[in-house]
Amino acid sequence: MTNATKLCLAAMGASLAVFLAACGGGGSSHQNTIATSASNVQTITVNSGPTGDYANGVFTSVTVCVPSSSNCQVIDGILVDTGSYGLRLLSSTGGGALTVPLPDQTGSDGNPIGECAPFVSGLTWGPVATADITVSGEKASSLPVQVIDGTFATLPKQCAAFGVPEQETLSGQNGLGANGILGVGPLVQDCGSQCAQTGSSNPGLYYDCAGTTCTVTTQALAQQVQNPVASFATDNNGVIVELPQTPTTSSVSGSLVFGIGTQSNNALGNATVFPINSNVEFSTGFKGQTYPAFVDSGSNALFFLDSGTTSLAECSDNSSFYCPGSNTTLSATPASTGSASETVKFTIGNADSLFSDATAFVFPTLGGPNSGTFDWGLPFFFGRNVYTAINGKSTPGGQGPYWAF
Amino acid sequence: MQARVQSTPHSAYSLHELQSATGRTVREYVSLAGTVFAVAWKGPYPPNLQQLLGSQFEQYEQAMKTPTGHASHGTATIQLPNLVVQLSGHMGDYSGRAYIPDKVPAGLSLESIR
Repeated sequence: MTNATKLCLAAMGASLAVFLAACGGGGSSHQNTIATSASNVQTITVNSGPTGDYANGVFTSVTVCVPSSSNCQVIDGILVDTGSYGLRLLSSTGGGALTVPLPDQTGSDGNPIGECAPFVSGLTWGPVATADITVSGEKASSLPVQVIDGTFATLPKQCAAFGVPEQETLSGQNGLGANGILGVGPLVQDCGSQCAQTGSSNPGLYYDCAGTTCTVTTQALAQQVQNPVASFATDNNGVIVELPQTPTTSSVSGSLVFGIGTQSNNALGNATVFPINSNVEFSTGFKGQTYPAFVDSGSNALFFLDSGTTSLAECSDNSSFYCPGSNTTLSATPASTGSASETVKFTIGNADSLFSDATAFVFPTLGGPNSGTFDWGLPFFFGRNVYTAINGKSTPGGQGPYWAF
Repeated sequence: MQARVQSTPHSAYSLHELQSATGRTVREYVSLAGTVFAVAWKGPYPPNLQQLLGSQFEQYEQAMKTPTGHASHGTATIQLPNLVVQLSGHMGDYSGRAYIPDKVPAGLSLESIR
């Protein structure tokens, strides 16, 4: 990191617009104010994470306790994910940090409940447990969480068909790249009503496990792994992810703010509200076409469209990212039914060049292909306060679910 | 899988659309010779990739277990010897496609497979 970079970061901390304008290098022309310490503010940091090799991962810590006890553990290196719902903790046997003995959730027959939670790049497998969760001054009591633990029971065939368990992507090590995932997205439960149904409409996320043999079971909404924010006593209608504009660097910090319009530090202000449809999407226009889109802090790049549409070359050695010959600035227009649209300018750099700096883990210009879809991943969050309102909760911007920025 | 099927003929291929009981749409692109050269899916839950990828599922699993540099999460593109698999979405919204590049008929753009 150069001296100039350090100066720039220092200026951001002081929210001095005149210095912000000079920083450059980010994917956004916005300047944003970042909430300082308060009972509803949790520090978040984009850095290499617990495995030391994460690109564009935004991490925080949570305190988990055996319910109604003082048997607690603070776990850091938890990925902050607005693209999922519920807390998942990687067990120490799987290379994670969780050691406090959270009690298993059991079904009506007394057997432990297992969960196969699908993510895009894999799945998480392990028992559902119950925990008291504290983040900043906010607490959710006796909430179902997932313990990611491949040794819990045999991976059911129906689950294996979803893909590869995340914890196994690096044998014997922490393949998740995190000690857990804090899902604070726009929905409450991680499955919803279909997991509470019997028959072919049940997608097979929850299992009743007799010994090592697990079979699909129905799981009532209240027993499903769920967004802890929705269960907080206050500030429970959503979150704001606040990260500064940044150049490519090793680490940058910001705030995860709980509640929208519930305190003096979380007003909606002049952010535009984009309602989320039943597909958990909104839309984004690009070069005259409209595509399905979503906002996701847990996606580590701007993943959008394809080389043919964007004229950005894919990297020759890793087709998950773009490698244009030089930094390329594009614009796209997020929109939603019944809302104003907003044009967003962003810059995509060469992923190979970005990754060649072994000390860099914060990449505001990282992009990759995603045919027919816009995934506004973490680079979108730099320099922009992004609001996620939870389904069914009232806010000054209307009832969730929505994204606002 | 329990599904409702709708077929649409095109000049160089036919498109079979399957709707599963869990609300997922799977589109199969079938050549005039009867070979499936592409599948695309979208829905609230991910598809049975084992079923969709068939004999190439093991290769896919191996590729997913092979680290490619930085740890990361997000959309994934996996290039296998004769198959490209692309995965997208977030919890509650999964989409993706897999296609055999050599078998995609001329005149069908890759962008339109979805």
